[in-house]
Amino acid sequence: MEMQKLYLLVPLAPLFGAMVAGLFCRVIPRWLAHTVTIAGVATAFIASVIIFKDVQAGHVYNGTVYTWLTSGDYRFEVGFLIDTLTTTMMLVVTFVSLMVHIYTIGYMQEDPGYNRFFSYISLFTFSMLMLVMSNNFMQLFFGWEAVGLVSYLLIGFWYTRPTAIFANMKAFLVNRVGDFGFILGIGLVLAHFGSLDYKTVFEKAPELAATTINIWGAADWSLMTVTCICLFIGAMGKSAQVPLHVWLPDSMEGPTPISALIHAATMVTAGIFMVSRMSPLFELSTTALSFVLVIGAITALFMGFLGIIQNDIKRVVAYSTLSQLGYMTVALGASAYSVAIFHLMTHAFFKALLFLAAGSVIIGMHHDQDIRNMGGLRKYMPITWITSLVGSLALIGTPFLSGFYSKDSIIEAVGLSHIPGSGFAYFSVLAGVFVTAFYSFRMYFLVFHGEERFGKADDAHHHEHEGDHDDEETSHDHHHGLAPGQKPHETPWVVWLPLVLLAIPSLLIGYIAIEPMLYGNYFDGVIHIDHHAHPAMEHLKEEFHSAAAMGVHSLTSLPFILALSGVVLSWFFYMKRPDIPAAIQRRFSAIHTLLENKYYFDKFNDVVFAGGARLLGKALWRGGDVAVIDGFIVNGSAKLVGWISSITRLFQTGYVYHYAFTMIIGVFVLMTLWINRA
Amino acid sequence: MSTYPLLSFAIWIPIVAGFFVLATGSDRNAPLARMLALFGAIAAFLVTIPLWTGFDIANGGMQFVELKTWIPRFNINYHLGVDGISMLFVVLNAFITIIVVAAGWEVIQNKVAQYNAAFLIMSGLMNGIFTSLDGVLFYVFFEASLIPLYLIIGVWGGPSRVYAAFKFFLYTLFGSLLFLLALMYLFIQSGGSFSILEWHKLPIALGAQIWLFLAFLIAFAVKVPMWPVHTWLPDAHVEAPTGGSIVLAAIALKLGAYGFLRFSLPILPDASHELSSLVLALSLIAVVYIGFVALVQEDMKKLVAYSSIAHMGFVTLGFFMFSPMGIEGALVQMVSHGFVSGAMFFCIGVMYDRVHSRQIADYGGVVNKMPKFAALFMLFTMANSGLPATSGFVGEFMVILGAVKFNFWVAFAAASAMIIGAAYSLWMYKRVVFGDVGNHHVEELSDINKREFAILGVLAIATLWMGLYPQPFTEVMHASVTDLLRHVAISKIQ
Repeated sequence: MEMQKLYLLVPLAPLFGAMVAGLFCRVIPRWLAHTVTIAGVATAFIASVIIFKDVQAGHVYNGTVYTWLTSGDYRFEVGFLIDTLTTTMMLVVTFVSLMVHIYTIGYMQEDPGYNRFFSYISLFTFSMLMLVMSNNFMQLFFGWEAVGLVSYLLIGFWYTRPTAIFANMKAFLVNRVGDFGFILGIGLVLAHFGSLDYKTVFEKAPELAATTINIWGAADWSLMTVTCICLFIGAMGKSAQVPLHVWLPDSMEGPTPISALIHAATMVTAGIFMVSRMSPLFELSTTALSFVLVIGAITALFMGFLGIIQNDIKRVVAYSTLSQLGYMTVALGASAYSVAIFHLMTHAFFKALLFLAAGSVIIGMHHDQDIRNMGGLRKYMPITWITSLVGSLALIGTPFLSGFYSKDSIIEAVGLSHIPGSGFAYFSVLAGVFVTAFYSFRMYFLVFHGEERFGKADDAHHHEHEGDHDDEETSHDHHHGLAPGQKPHETPWVVWLPLVLLAIPSLLIGYIAIEPMLYGNYFDGVIHIDHHAHPAMEHLKEEFHSAAAMGVHSLTSLPFILALSGVVLSWFFYMKRPDIPAAIQRRFSAIHTLLENKYYFDKFNDVVFAGGARLLGKALWRGGDVAVIDGFIVNGSAKLVGWISSITRLFQTGYVYHYAFTMIIGVFVLMTLWINRA
Repeated sequence: MSTYPLLSFAIWIPIVAGFFVLATGSDRNAPLARMLALFGAIAAFLVTIPLWTGFDIANGGMQFVELKTWIPRFNINYHLGVDGISMLFVVLNAFITIIVVAAGWEVIQNKVAQYNAAFLIMSGLMNGIFTSLDGVLFYVFFEASLIPLYLIIGVWGGPSRVYAAFKFFLYTLFGSLLFLLALMYLFIQSGGSFSILEWHKLPIALGAQIWLFLAFLIAFAVKVPMWPVHTWLPDAHVEAPTGGSIVLAAIALKLGAYGFLRFSLPILPDASHELSSLVLALSLIAVVYIGFVALVQEDMKKLVAYSSIAHMGFVTLGFFMFSPMGIEGALVQMVSHGFVSGAMFFCIGVMYDRVHSRQIADYGGVVNKMPKFAALFMLFTMANSGLPATSGFVGEFMVILGAVKFNFWVAFAAASAMIIGAAYSLWMYKRVVFGDVGNHHVEELSDINKREFAILGVLAIATLWMGLYPQPFTEVMHASVTDLLRHVAISKIQ
């Protein structure tokens, strides 16, 4: 009973903070808004730690909080499933959220929407916790859409910026496309399993493994394949997989703290979490897993390429996030769910770190985000520099750092997978290692090393010619870029402390957690793998000896060499010989243009979907409603009535002799008929 | 159960109050008229609360029944009762009446007594529709309710109010005539009874059922409105004053849908099954086609009017899948739409009162001047696009989930509303509310006052409550919906 109250406390504490800060945002002082929200999230974090310990002790909980709705034989409930997967997510979410809350005090200090911002991020924390703690699909969908709503509100936080309010609508709508698939998947689950409760559904899944449904023509489809693909379309929206990835780079219009929290560490990983949660279903369809694998591989590699040409510091990190989400998805496709969650966790730390560090740089640069205007910042911002280096090293998979353990495990798991598409996926994740190292260190070198390019008189406003948003004001009252001669400064402690606190797990968590999470019995009874059909994890387990041995062994392995060559090449290109990348850009301008335009996904969507919908709407409205229904039928019948009455009016002349004459003719006709009848 | 004739109270209190308000006469007594109207509306709402709290959820039949002879010669009775299908609408109607009276408080300065009286009388008449169990009584209320709405649009409406009022009146009258013919046929066929409940048991041959079904369909489809007889609604909304739009969307549209459940399904089960695919097709067209049409509207009221049609498409879709999820989802959608569309029209009214334009292009950056309003408007916009935790989600969710079981492609088409609905709602919100201050009209805007805040606040609470805990709304439906479905499953052909 006591624990159940604690479970409730975890989401409700941030909700309380959000409500206080949100409903009274215009009356309460700033210190109260951040105190109450930070207290709420800190409470949730502490409670999560206690719950984590309790679950480690073997107390898994699955129970209902209240019945949301009953209809027919169906019952929809709000409830919690507290197991190791949940507690892992709870810890990640509450910890990163807490860091972001603290960081925000510094980052948003000049912003007039300070209280509102705190309200939103606490509301987000609540929604995300409800999502991960759910014990059924309905609540999962609730949390799913709720995090989408908060993401919408936060991307458009600076609501006067045209790019921000376009980006947030785009994010919401693209996510709705994913949710469209997701809700159909949920509908299929309900229709065939008769319940939306995880436990019931997962227990019943093996019985329905061979069920086929008739969807199109005469062909029978495997129920599991259709259901899993529908559910995965939801994940593609939320976790930004190609082709539903288009919203994530634009989401960088939001303030940096939320890019770290929502668009890197937590919300975007909801899809990865969801598929892992559904492992008992996905394991029953190799076709769906292949689909997952290929989509993930495309995302991992091709989004990485885009990171190479970005000049906005946040966009580089955003594309890196897309690519890393692709890695996680690949792991899911290879049935290495635990590895996906492992990478989700390590990524949450080092990517939140990288984003917050980028934010720190942005503060130091007075809201100039163009890395071409930076350089040599390590002298001025030492803490930001060191923590960024840690984050970048973790990201590219430097042995013994957290990212190494998770990413290398993904690569190996894919290498051991034999489902269709695994060859392509293996190539993609390997090539991705090189690409990741290259763009990460390109950014690192351009920002922290080399020539100091900031504060030049002619540079102050030179960046309006590049990029699609560089010329936007970050906020009304923020000045823009450093004045000539001005030097960046290290940021205040509320900003750098979260960086340090995130750098620690970025260094260590992989080494500590790999053995229990991947090879121990941490996820027993939570993640289900059909080892017979998908033996990758079994093989991986055989090869694994210890975290230390894995690190040592990797020093001679291909991924390490690829990562190292990526770093060296970026150093050579951007530190030694900056003329080479420029020459390459000229030489291969077609490829550069393709990357510059992000493979034309945005243009295509704009023209075909957005333009098409408007065109169709206009055609249906002008053609259907106005012309045919109103013009022809409604007004037509009115005209018909008018025409008939205009004829009948001829008989109502008002002259007595006309009426008399008509009557005489009438009598005559009637008499004729009467006589003929006889 | 209560011994008071609660249903008669629900009908006659607002009507009597309406006549009292009318008696205050000219605009010199406007403050009195407003107070009287508010008291009448609140009293009428209070008497409906025991209907919900005293409702026996295990009983699928009629409750709070009142039966008195009216015209013995034709066996016409004053027969009232509510079941799980109709009860919530009586409460909703009484609730919305308060909102409407409050919504016109400062805005209406011309013929105040008449305006408020029209709404009160209409409210009583609509309660009559939802509670009548006698065909003639139903028809009388059904037709009588047209008059106040016609007057509201025609007297207090916009520049083309006369065209809109006529279009509305003729459209619905056309449907009503067929409905009357159908009632006559049933009267004769049943050997001289106007009791709707007896008609439920009346055996009818398939051919006759189909004719009757089509007559009902046209009558009700116009009211819902279903595609393609929907074009009166956008015009009526655009011309109607804010209060008129609220009642039109929140209550009047529900009458047609209610008719399907009270007449078409139980009286004509075989024809309902036979022609269900026709209704489903029309519903899906409403959802998809109208969604696209809503997307390109430039007038906010038209946009919300079209979105109403799309949302009502979910209602008829839910009915004709003949499953508990479908019907209950549709009923939930009807109640929710009462809150959400009412609130949407009120929000537009708030802006119209200040700027005197409904064109999206005349706005932009409203949030800078009206932050409180923007927050509430956001909530209703999200509810309009079916966001979970708002009432707008519950009905759509249930209907879509029910539809997956019924037919995957029906569900596929219905679920597309999740995208289109979000697109037209959010795009409008973006253009109106976000961005820099668009022009000097927006620059001069003042945020909502206490009265407006109270109205939107109450609607917001209703929307969130129904989204977070819909069980109290659906548990009253179960028994009646189960009975209805059992009834519809039995053939009446002999």
